[in-house]
Amino acid sequence: MAKLILSMDNLVLKEIPLNKERTTIGRKAHNDIQIDNLAISGEHAVIVTILNDSFLEDLNSTNGTFVNGQQVKKHFLQNNDVIELGKYRLKYVNEATQHASQADFEKTMVLRPDVMRKAAEQAAGKPPAAEPQAAPLAPPVNLAPPIAPDAKPEAASPVALGAIQVLNGSNAGKTLDLVKSLTTLGKPGVQVAVIARRPHGYFLTHVEGAKFPTVNGTAIDTQAHELRDHDVIELAGVKMEFFFKP
Amino acid sequence: MAAQDLSGAIEMATCSDAGRVRSNNEDSVLANAQLGLAVLADGMGGYNAGEVASGMATAVLGSELEHAFATRLPHEMDPGGEVLARAALRDVIGRTNAAIHQAAISQPKYAGMGTTLVAALFYDDRVAVAHVGDSRLYRMRGESLDQLTRDHSLLQEQIDSGMLTPEQARLSQNKNLVTRALGVDTTVDTEINEFAVQPGDIYLLCSDGLNDMVEDDEIALGLGSLSANLPLCAEQLVQMANDNGGRDNVSVILAKVKAPYPASRRGGGLWMRVRSWFGS
Repeated sequence: MAKLILSMDNLVLKEIPLNKERTTIGRKAHNDIQIDNLAISGEHAVIVTILNDSFLEDLNSTNGTFVNGQQVKKHFLQNNDVIELGKYRLKYVNEATQHASQADFEKTMVLRPDVMRKAAEQAAGKPPAAEPQAAPLAPPVNLAPPIAPDAKPEAASPVALGAIQVLNGSNAGKTLDLVKSLTTLGKPGVQVAVIARRPHGYFLTHVEGAKFPTVNGTAIDTQAHELRDHDVIELAGVKMEFFFKP
Repeated sequence: MAAQDLSGAIEMATCSDAGRVRSNNEDSVLANAQLGLAVLADGMGGYNAGEVASGMATAVLGSELEHAFATRLPHEMDPGGEVLARAALRDVIGRTNAAIHQAAISQPKYAGMGTTLVAALFYDDRVAVAHVGDSRLYRMRGESLDQLTRDHSLLQEQIDSGMLTPEQARLSQNKNLVTRALGVDTTVDTEINEFAVQPGDIYLLCSDGLNDMVEDDEIALGLGSLSANLPLCAEQLVQMANDNGGRDNVSVILAKVKAPYPASRRGGGLWMRVRSWFGS
C-alpha cells in the first residue's frame, strides 16, 4: 500500500498510509492530514487513491501545491515524489513499486461491477458516495497462475551494434547500421531475408523466395541463423559482410 | 447453400507462448481461414482454470459458429433484421459465457475462472469484431497500425475520462484490471463493431502479453517487414515480447487479406439487379 511520509526540516513527523479513497490535507481539523500552519489552506489538497494509483489535486489553495519543485493542479503521483506544502514535505512511497515482484503486476484480474462503479465515479470527478470506508478493492475473483520458481527474464547483456557492408554490385562499399529490431534485405517478391536484432545477438532468417540466403557460402535453413563477426551473407546476387562495430 | 470459404482470400497464422516467466500458458487461439474466423482468449484463474476458461471460449465459439454458418451466410439477416454475423457472435458468445460460468460455479477447482475474448469474423469484404476485456485487435493498413478495439479495463476508462494520458497509463500500478470478462457472471456485455476490409490489410489479434511488452511502432515494424511470411511474422512478434522480458503469456493471430471477398448473393438478387441497372 502506498503511504506518505510527512517531514519538516528533514525531520520525519509521521507516516500516513493511503488506505482511503480520498485523503484530505489542510489546516482545518477535519482533514485526514492536518497541518496546523498558516501557510496551509483550510482545505489545501486531496489525494485520490484508486487501487494502486494515487492522484494529488490542489483544492485552489492560497499558496499552492508543489511536487518535486513544480506547482501542480492535478498530478499522478509516482514513487518518491515529494509534495511540498509550505515548509512541510510529504514524500510519496508506493510499496507496490518497491516490493512486488514484476510478475505480480501481470496477473489479470476482473474488477467487479461495484468496484467499477466507484472507480468510474471517481474518474468522472464525482464526489464519492457518502458511505463508510468500504474496502476499496473487492476480492479478486481470480488467482494468478503459478510462477515457475526461479524463472526470471534473463538480464539481457547488450551486444555491440552490428552493421552490414555491401561487397559487390552498384552499392559496393555502402554500410548499413542494424539499429532497428528488424532489417529486411533483398527484393520483395523475389528473395527476402530479415536480420533481427535481439538482446543476445543478430539473427538472419529467410522470409520469402524459393532460394534461401547463404552465410559464408552455405544456405541457411528455415531456422533463424545467428550471425558472427565478418560473416558473409549472399542473397538475390548481393554479397554483404556482417560485422560488429567497434 | 454451402458455408463460405475464405481460404483463398484470407491467410491466417497463429503463435502462442507461455512467455519467459510463467510456467503455463493460459491463452488460447483458434484460426479458421475457411470460415474467416479468428478467436483469441486470455484466461484467468487458479491452477489450470485459466486455460480451461480460454480453451472453452475458443473451442465453443469455433464449433458453434461453424454450425451457425453451415447452412446460412454471415451477411444474411436474422429474423430480427440484424446481420447474422453480429447476431451469431453475440448469441454464441453469450452461450459460451454461460457455459464457462456454469463450469466455474459447479466445480470448485474452476471457481472464479474467466477469460478475455477477441473474435474477428471476416465476411462480405468486412470484418465483425467482438471483444470482452483487454485482448485487442489491430489493423495494419499501408504504413499505419491502428488499434480497432478499446480495452474494457480500468486504465482505458481512466484514459477515456481524461484522468490519465496514455503515457501516464504506462506508469500506472493498476495494469491488467479488466472490467469485463467471460465466465465471471451469468451474462456478459459483448462489444461488437464492424469495419470495412481492404486487400493488403493485416489484422492482428493479441493478448496483453504482446502490447504490454512491445511498443506499437515495433509491432508495426514487424508487421511491415514480414508480411510476406505470416507464420514467421507471428513468431517474430512473440519473440519480441519474450526478448523484452516476456512477463506474461503472449499470443497472436494474424489474418492477411489477399483478395476481396464479397458475399456471393444469389444471382438475380435485388441488389445485383440494382447494381446492373446502374451498370456497375
